Amino acid sequence: MTSLSATIQDAFNEAACAKNANKSEAARKKGCTKQLQPGGVAGGCAFDGAKIALQPFTDVAHLVHGPIACEGNSWDNRGSASSGPDLWRRSFTTDMHEIDVVFGGEKRLYKAIKEIIDKYDPPAIFVYQTCVPAMIGDDINAVCKFAAARFGRSVIPVNSPGFVGSKNLGNKLAGEALLEYVIGTQEPDRTTPYDINLIGEYNLSGELWQIKPLLDEIGIRILSCISGDGKYREVACSHRARVAMMVCSKAMINVARKMRERYGIPFFEGSFYGIQDTSEALRKIALMLIERGAPPQLLERTEAAVAREEAKAFAAIERFKTRFAGKKVLLVTGGVKSWSVVAALQEAGLEIVGTSVKKSTSEDKERIQKLMGHDAHMIEDLTPREMYKMLKEAKADIMLSGGKSQFVALKAAMPWLDINQERCHAYMGYVGIVKLMEEIDKALYNPIWDQLRTPAPWDNAEGNWQAKALAQVHVSATGGAPSSVGAEKAPHAKRTRSRKTVELSIIEDCVPAHGSTAVDTMAQDTNASAASKRASENKMPAQPVSALQAAE
Amino acid sequence: MAIVTCSKKACTINPLKMSQPIGGSFAFLGLRGAMPLLHGSQGCTSFGLTLFVRHFKEAVPLQTTAMSEVSTVLGGYENVEQAILNIYKRVKPEIIGINSTGVTETKGDDVEAFIRLIRQNHPDLENVPLVYVSTPDFKDAFQDGWEKTVARLVEVLVDPVDPAAPRDSSRVNVLPGCHLTPGDLDELRTIFEDFGLRPSFLPDISGSLDGHIPEEFTPTTMGGIGVDEIASMGQAAWTIAIGAQMRRAAEAMQAKTGTPFRLFERLCGLVPNDEFMTFLSVVGGKPVPTKYRRQRGQLADAMLDAHFHIGGRKLAIGAEPDLLFDISSMLYEMGAKVTAAVTTTASPVLERVKAQEVVIGDLEDLEELAKTRDCNLLISHSHGRQAAARLDIPFYRAGFPMFDRLGAGHQMSVSYRGTRELIFDLANLIIADREANHQPTPATWQITGAGLHVVPPQLN
Repeated sequence: MTSLSATIQDAFNEAACAKNANKSEAARKKGCTKQLQPGGVAGGCAFDGAKIALQPFTDVAHLVHGPIACEGNSWDNRGSASSGPDLWRRSFTTDMHEIDVVFGGEKRLYKAIKEIIDKYDPPAIFVYQTCVPAMIGDDINAVCKFAAARFGRSVIPVNSPGFVGSKNLGNKLAGEALLEYVIGTQEPDRTTPYDINLIGEYNLSGELWQIKPLLDEIGIRILSCISGDGKYREVACSHRARVAMMVCSKAMINVARKMRERYGIPFFEGSFYGIQDTSEALRKIALMLIERGAPPQLLERTEAAVAREEAKAFAAIERFKTRFAGKKVLLVTGGVKSWSVVAALQEAGLEIVGTSVKKSTSEDKERIQKLMGHDAHMIEDLTPREMYKMLKEAKADIMLSGGKSQFVALKAAMPWLDINQERCHAYMGYVGIVKLMEEIDKALYNPIWDQLRTPAPWDNAEGNWQAKALAQVHVSATGGAPSSVGAEKAPHAKRTRSRKTVELSIIEDCVPAHGSTAVDTMAQDTNASAASKRASENKMPAQPVSALQAAE
Repeated sequence: MAIVTCSKKACTINPLKMSQPIGGSFAFLGLRGAMPLLHGSQGCTSFGLTLFVRHFKEAVPLQTTAMSEVSTVLGGYENVEQAILNIYKRVKPEIIGINSTGVTETKGDDVEAFIRLIRQNHPDLENVPLVYVSTPDFKDAFQDGWEKTVARLVEVLVDPVDPAAPRDSSRVNVLPGCHLTPGDLDELRTIFEDFGLRPSFLPDISGSLDGHIPEEFTPTTMGGIGVDEIASMGQAAWTIAIGAQMRRAAEAMQAKTGTPFRLFERLCGLVPNDEFMTFLSVVGGKPVPTKYRRQRGQLADAMLDAHFHIGGRKLAIGAEPDLLFDISSMLYEMGAKVTAAVTTTASPVLERVKAQEVVIGDLEDLEELAKTRDCNLLISHSHGRQAAARLDIPFYRAGFPMFDRLGAGHQMSVSYRGTRELIFDLANLIIADREANHQPTPATWQITGAGLHVVPPQLN
């Protein structure tokens, strides 16, 4: 049994992490969590990260030991999908009260475990530690051990209280819990040379099922997916896989590496986003399985499936190419996803004007550079204000990001698409990429944008022409009384000019926006009646009217 | 007269309750130029933020003191100071509203003392009000956080007035409970104005969370009531509190400024709105405008049309006390039976809910009760969706959070008009359910062993 601080230190000292390997000894010791800035932007805590990583296990009960905030404010908020059990979607918490804080919450936790087993009889219970019980010294490891012995059930402590660090650290601590208590504790009924693990795939919107039929067809078996649509027994048996793929995220790299060390399961990092990345990943799985003793025909089957699906996907994407020509994308997402999605977008002919590299490693950045060329605009950290400015100045036609920054784009009347965990569509593999393009197309070409970018008629009047026209009138009025012919000429000319520069464009704007045809309604729409009347009285050239006719 | 009981379980399953600090932050979100700040670990803020964003589909300002394990143990003065300075520098707020959380309350941080010290050390912060409310996660619920925070806002921000000075007879203070939506507040504002009254809403989430499109990107709240307007609330002739939770703030207002108050525990239903209109007519010195006389008629007609569908329905409702009391009473007055009622926290209105029993518990309790008592209408916030699917009965979403449907901010329950719409929505839901799931077939009245199967009429 290691202490929490030792586990955290161990998680930081990740040998397989490229970013970590490049650091000095001292920097490595400090860990990879950035010092949090009070009053700066807020991300999730370590508990959040641990819960995200493990919650997709569908047949276990996830019990949160803490006051109501940790679970009551956050449950049922992720779009993972399950092919069967729904226990994972129920929420279990000890809802600690003041009295538990004073006297300790261990007994309550023990009773809660018992109640869950009595009511739901799950194969396992994951118990999550949070800040308050960690502070008062509730020993969840001891309670879990005791309960496990008492009830003959797996009760796994996940020691990841929020205040120890970020979401990312929480992912890793969740991984440590799996390594320590789950993986390798059971044996599969049978094994095949085609067994793989997927690590760090959460089956959001069911996207795993966009890949699984292909794996089935090729003859590759997912022995365990950590953790999307995962079941407890599968993870417990996952040490018998031949090969592991770390899917598109370093969050659980510690699991992949330690499984390689302990059980000799080689792993690679790959992605199922984008056509080429998907093909590459499938090939890589096949090749690695063959290396580990699978028959070489596996590669032929893989190549056949890849060729067939690639052709179909490229053909499907083709129709977007003309519509996407010259369209620019701003991509704001974390880490590895950046390059993975960049490649996918470029396949459909979209131009990426910027991508965030806040969480990316230098390796990721190199990859982006290679993909996007030297014009690549890599954004370290974009404040919402800068994002807003960038979009408002139309440096991009669409923004792809996570849910938190969506309003920056939407409120600027800019198309936006969710590519993070709250999204409601699945974008994986050959079918997913086509869906992604379809969604981008729908967003880009929705007729709402033109309507929303047209200011309200009164804003137009207030902000632009009326204010300016009034100012002009004011100037001409002080210019002199129209008593003599000569004196009248000057303001005349001035007014003519003002009409041209200000009113004309407004009137033109007004035509498509309101469909007004009669001069009267036009005057109403633009609030220009006073000016028009003055114009006719002064017998000015009827330029606005001809402009009107032209517009009609 | 309902008996209020507490769930005895050690394990809360499918919580109905949300924590009190975010209820407090929610109140601060109804202030103009505000930045709510949670004194706790970053997750405390992040979870609350996500919840608000999913409900309102709006960018929501909410900050954290980002307490780490070490700073939690050593005390959070530096974190509070740094957070306030950072917020002040970055977003220039008109007010910073601070709520404590479970983690900092367990340690026992004395934030009031921190603030005094910060004020001493940073005289440049002089013009930024810093309002702190103690709201530990391990006590009470969302509604209590709102209640305490609004009362504290009154205590701190409202200027005392000279009791002899004449009051502004056209001005009224409105203290809305957290169960009212931006749509409700907009409706109420119109009503007050139609009676010639000028209302000040504290808090005013209709300004800040109504889903408008701003001109500029602002990192604080936009809209909402300004600190200056709050300061002058003591001059109003009346304070009108809506929901029993607002009694505390109304009393604070009275104690500080002598402004008399009238508490309306409900604004959903015919009778409560009759009382409300009568009161406004007296205060505003105007007869009830024709518009509302017509709307009363429309509500009466809606009740006639809908009572066929709502009458006799066995309602299972899970909501915070004021919302539970308001909606369940209205439905009781429409002939529904309040068969299962679950709430989050204690309140004086609970014993007056028209049910046998009100349970302070969770959504599992509600689901179990609904199942055993054969309920056929479920009302709760969005987290009731799983229970509704399993029970397979019509489900109406009410309260916070409503993250899986659009328009949460505009769903109304107040006034004749709001009640009418709510009644139609519920009746339509019931009609649709009957059409989809309860159509007669030749087998419906099949002869069983003892002749026609007669279901004994239920007269409870």
